[in-house]
Amino acid sequence: MIHAKDINERTPWEEMTPGGEIYEPGTARDFDTGTWRTDTPVFIAEACKHCMLCVPFCPDSAIPVKNGKRLEFDFMHCKGCGICVTVCPFAAIKMVSGGDAE
Amino acid sequence: MMATNELVEIRWHGRGGQGAKTACLLLAEVAALEGKFVQGFPEYGPERMGAPITAYNRICEKRCTVHSNIYYPNYVVVVDESLLDSVNVTAGLKEGGAVIINTPSSPEEIRPKLSGWTGRVSTIDARRISEEILGKNFPNTPMLAAVVKVSGVLDVERFLADIEDSFRHKFASKPQVIEGNMATLKKSLEEVQEG
Amino acid sequence: MSICFSGNEAVAYAMKQINPDVMGAFPITPSTEIPEYFAQFVANGEVNTEFVTVESEHSSMSVCIAAEAAGARSVCATSSCGLALMYEMLYVAASDRLPITLACVNRALSGPININNDHSDSMGARDTGWIQIYAENNQEAYDNFIMSVPIGESVRLPVMACMDGFITSHAVENIELLETDSVHGFVGAYEPENYLLKKENPLAIGPYDISAYYMEHKVQQAEAMKSAKQRILEVGTAFEKLSGRSYGLFEEYRMEDAELAIVLIGSSAGTAKEAVENLREQGVKAGLVKIRVFRPFPSEELAKALANTKAVAVLDKSEGFSANGGPVFAETRSALYDLKERPYLINIVYGLGGRDFKTEDAEKVFARLARIAATGETGLVYTHMGQRTREAIV
Repeated sequence: MIHAKDINERTPWEEMTPGGEIYEPGTARDFDTGTWRTDTPVFIAEACKHCMLCVPFCPDSAIPVKNGKRLEFDFMHCKGCGICVTVCPFAAIKMVSGGDAE
Repeated sequence: MMATNELVEIRWHGRGGQGAKTACLLLAEVAALEGKFVQGFPEYGPERMGAPITAYNRICEKRCTVHSNIYYPNYVVVVDESLLDSVNVTAGLKEGGAVIINTPSSPEEIRPKLSGWTGRVSTIDARRISEEILGKNFPNTPMLAAVVKVSGVLDVERFLADIEDSFRHKFASKPQVIEGNMATLKKSLEEVQEG
Repeated sequence: MSICFSGNEAVAYAMKQINPDVMGAFPITPSTEIPEYFAQFVANGEVNTEFVTVESEHSSMSVCIAAEAAGARSVCATSSCGLALMYEMLYVAASDRLPITLACVNRALSGPININNDHSDSMGARDTGWIQIYAENNQEAYDNFIMSVPIGESVRLPVMACMDGFITSHAVENIELLETDSVHGFVGAYEPENYLLKKENPLAIGPYDISAYYMEHKVQQAEAMKSAKQRILEVGTAFEKLSGRSYGLFEEYRMEDAELAIVLIGSSAGTAKEAVENLREQGVKAGLVKIRVFRPFPSEELAKALANTKAVAVLDKSEGFSANGGPVFAETRSALYDLKERPYLINIVYGLGGRDFKTEDAEKVFARLARIAATGETGLVYTHMGQRTREAIV
């Protein structure tokens, strides 16, 4: 079985799957799309009421949740679209310019 | 009777809805039951009731690979007399062949309508026979019997036995149809006039 | 079993014997009878097939694609504009490597609207990545459909099993049928290695390819099509053991010493065989090559078969509008390029929209080839025949 993580832009055609089939779920996890970001959300934990509105709105599932609390962004996959900022009722997220929050 | 090792080609002229295609396919099927190699196929034009249609049979002892229409038939079957006014039914009809027409007229009465055809002409009042026996105008069954008799392409007794088998298979759910159709075929074999 | 069937009945019966998991069904003349007959088999409980009626051919092919991806053996039938409406999905089926079997009952494309036979529909789809196998008569239509299943499944490419609309589909002829058990044994169970309903490993089919991957997948497809040639021959050999009927990539008819040859596809080949026989009786060394497999195209094999001829006419039953000849001609001329000595080659487009092709027509083509062989003058290379014209070329 050929795994998605073993196929890259140097893989010869003989070693690729027919028709580009992918034989496992959740392979988006393996790809660092966070590098595409030009603006970055900043999580202001003290303002957050954990209403969870931002979580389903995030198109990249980049807001992890644990024990009913939202955690820091998954910056491996956050593309910086800013939808979370727009939907947050408590101004608990702000956008800063650039790919990094620092 | 025609030598049976030769290819026999039959052209049917009818109108959409009269069953010429059905009779043509049935003839092929029965001839195949008798071990012949056959073709039965319609030529499709505008698909509507009443439009003139043509269907063809090839019957032979060996497989015929030709798949064109038939231009020089040995026999021509005319299922609707009114076609004689608009279609040159004997076009290409081979010398020694015959035309078989559904009409109450005699062969000599109908001959003047056949564009100078001087060969054999057979007539059968298929409409009357089917109306008398089946209660409806189904001219194709009597025409089928007439062409078998006139052409001699199949042995008549065997034809009757095979087609009865075929009807028993086709009309398994309505066996009452079989008797009428068989009677129609037999009546047609008796009445067909050859001139 | 020997019986009398039309081409459509024969293919529907083959489908019944195969007993596929799914049929995507949408009617179009002249293929309509195939889903009609098959619907009766479904209603009678003679097959276990999921018969999916849809609102268009785009959807009937989509049904087959989804079903095949799920792990189900799928079949379909269409003609003409129906195949054209499937066009997008034909590519999806082939590139997702889903071995669907499609009965293509060849019919002209609009416009003007016409229901009769030519090969415009499947020739228009010749570059979609489907294997294409053409039948001369109802026996071949039946046999080819059965063979298409193991051919397609072993190379993971979909197969279009083509027959001539009306001429074959609506004509009853004698046919030898295989026992259903034999057909079952021959096609075997469909056991893809990976499929959507395989619970052990979830599968994604048809993901987006960026430029860095697309070309590799196309090369895979091209390699699969190349390998199909050998597979078609192997399946043909196995089928001959079962049926006694032999099938190659094309049929050579009286080609052993032929000087004049016709290359063509489908039912017209049977008609042209009669012309070959007539000419042979007159001492003319006439022969014929009937292309059975058009995709993959048997290029080297065809070049070999034609290498010793003097003049060849390629008959196309579709107009490619290339202004340079039809598709069969383009392939044949390309195939002959590598020969050291090539025969004279002409192209004749014929039989469009059901224009009848007669034995005399084939004889006229041979007469033209005889003149070319004698004079060395090809004249116009690309012509049409059978049309009304002020001055007939053939």
